[in-house]
Amino acid sequence: MDPRNVTFMFYGFAAVWAILFAYLIFLVLRERHLKDELDRVKRMIEDREHKS
Amino acid sequence: MRKKILIVLSIFAVALLIRNLYVMLEVLPDEVSQGPIFRIIFFHVPAAWTAFVGFAAALVLSILYLATRNFKYDSIAVAATEVGIVFGAANLITGMIWGRIIWGIWWTWDPRLTSMLICEILYAGYLMLRKAVDDPTQRARIAAVFSIFAFTDVPIVFFSIKWWRTQHPQPVVWGGGSMAPAYWDMLFLNWVPILLLGVVLVAYRTQQERVQREIDALRRYAHEF
Repeated sequence: MDPRNVTFMFYGFAAVWAILFAYLIFLVLRERHLKDELDRVKRMIEDREHKS
Repeated sequence: MRKKILIVLSIFAVALLIRNLYVMLEVLPDEVSQGPIFRIIFFHVPAAWTAFVGFAAALVLSILYLATRNFKYDSIAVAATEVGIVFGAANLITGMIWGRIIWGIWWTWDPRLTSMLICEILYAGYLMLRKAVDDPTQRARIAAVFSIFAFTDVPIVFFSIKWWRTQHPQPVVWGGGSMAPAYWDMLFLNWVPILLLGVVLVAYRTQQERVQREIDALRRYAHEF
């Protein structure tokens, strides 16, 4: 049996967790970006409403 | 309330995954011919099933969008597709790690592997297509049609090991493969938390799509000044 058998099993397990964590971080960062964008657009509308 | 339900589901799923990891490593014996690396199947196969559930959901939601023009279906479709791609990637990468030990190679242009890779590329194309179209109505319509087209690859992935000669193992569900009952139980028991995590991620991503739609609507309103 290949001596790397156990090591590669852990690589497989780690890969699944790493992919899920990476996606979760990506989602959290996108949520932050969306909140900032929403605030920015709302401020822009308020400014334009005041001017008009 | 909804957020609390998602948090409770996530905690339950992670706890079940940790419990399953303990059983996999400490209770289940090594498979006779493959050794410890066989345990990758408990993530590899459920990840594929979860990806296919996501793609099937995207298909149904895309048809519903085209029938009703309700953006709610489009939002969930894009979320299900994105989460499906993530689990599809987990399936491909765990398969490559298993293949390096059992086959001695990271990759081969085998019908099952190739069709799954094409599936991932097709759905990645779906996400890229959405970025390329500015008008929300046009974007949702084109994406829905593309999603229906992309799903045609899913049955090809599934049946590839029946239709063509392949070195991929035969499926343990509805195929020529077989497993000891203890392995079989773990396969389904580990699918539960993986599918639950998939549902939580889809719900979380759908919420973001709603915010994105709100931003689009506010931008259109701002341009009217």
